[in-house]
Amino acid sequence: MILIVDMNSKENPFGFQEFVLPILSISEELEKCTTKHYLELNTTDLKDFEKIILSGSALMDTTTDSQMSRFNWLKKIDIPILGICAGMQTIGLVFGGYLENCREIGMIKIETFKKNILFSSTFQAYSLHNYSLEPPAEFEILAKSENCIQAIRHKDKDIYGVLFHPEVRNKEVIQKFIQAF
Amino acid sequence: MKLGVLFSGGKDSTLALHYAIEKAEVLCLITLISENKESYMFHTPNIKLTALQAKALELPLISKVTEGKPEEELADLKTAIKQAITDFKIEGLVTGAVESVYQASRIQQLCNFLNIWCVNPLWKSDQKQLLREVVAKGFKTIISGVFAYPLDKKWLGKQIDETMIEQLITLSNNYGLSPSGEGGEIETTVLDAPLFKNKLEILDSKVEAKGNSGVFRVKKARLNKK
Repeated sequence: MILIVDMNSKENPFGFQEFVLPILSISEELEKCTTKHYLELNTTDLKDFEKIILSGSALMDTTTDSQMSRFNWLKKIDIPILGICAGMQTIGLVFGGYLENCREIGMIKIETFKKNILFSSTFQAYSLHNYSLEPPAEFEILAKSENCIQAIRHKDKDIYGVLFHPEVRNKEVIQKFIQAF
Repeated sequence: MKLGVLFSGGKDSTLALHYAIEKAEVLCLITLISENKESYMFHTPNIKLTALQAKALELPLISKVTEGKPEEELADLKTAIKQAITDFKIEGLVTGAVESVYQASRIQQLCNFLNIWCVNPLWKSDQKQLLREVVAKGFKTIISGVFAYPLDKKWLGKQIDETMIEQLITLSNNYGLSPSGEGGEIETTVLDAPLFKNKLEILDSKVEAKGNSGVFRVKKARLNKK
């Protein structure tokens, strides 16, 4: 069972439809899934899941950035995790990274720097962010665009983050994450 | 959240409006009338009918004419959105974007610049399901433009119903068309929908078609009681 965590502010009436449902429709073709809003997560239940995907959120939505204490569980569990955009930023912040201004909206070119299970070579992807992540020391950089770091991996755990939105034009990235674990 | 809806009068923006009203406060519609027939962003047959559709919906309409030059039309849209922010205090813009990253990213950039939310309730939805939903909700939607093989003038002015959806899905399977016209293969005009307080009646129209490209131009229409 895959847990997809809705990272959207409750203020956004369609955050779930725009940022969670597309991930769900890709993921549930491969495995059973369930979705939960980050404010409604019961961290004691996380052991019931085999994989976790953290969704992205809207450009105006920065609510999770100031609620890192809600995500301390990311450091404690040993389950494969994929963070997408706001999800990647959250992973990085919890582990001690920081955000920098970096705006990319639309299709961008991404170059792979390190061999990994999610993608390879140079590819195009849809981006939607005002900030990039400067990752903490425990993470290695997998890919970059011209302007910022686009993908990271924890050096010792199966924790991945992508800043681009694979659910829009690169659904194989989500499929490969699910199939790998 | 107080919202404006980017409204073309077609099925997607009308459906997005219906979703938005269920969950938020919709204060106005925003339409850009492009004079450039090649505009990827805003060219829609019968775009001027949005004035009558807005009356049917009993919603204020901010309508701007643009020459349709690629970057100037975005500047014109920015002016229209700014007016909606000033006049109606909107905090977000709703679009009917489903698949087009070209359109979606440009509107995202504008909203980001203007510091308002960009809300896309139909984003990445299944196109066949959207077509079925439009019919199931009771929309009276006609095909107002065809722009791809093997579509032709026979489709123009016809109402989208279950039979037509099956035909479009067959064409999608055989020819790779987007079933709901996301690639610009089809344009639509909504004449009635649940939120319409009155319905549109077409009094005069003209089919302008050549080969696999054509439009159903509404020359005269009026509102009738439902």
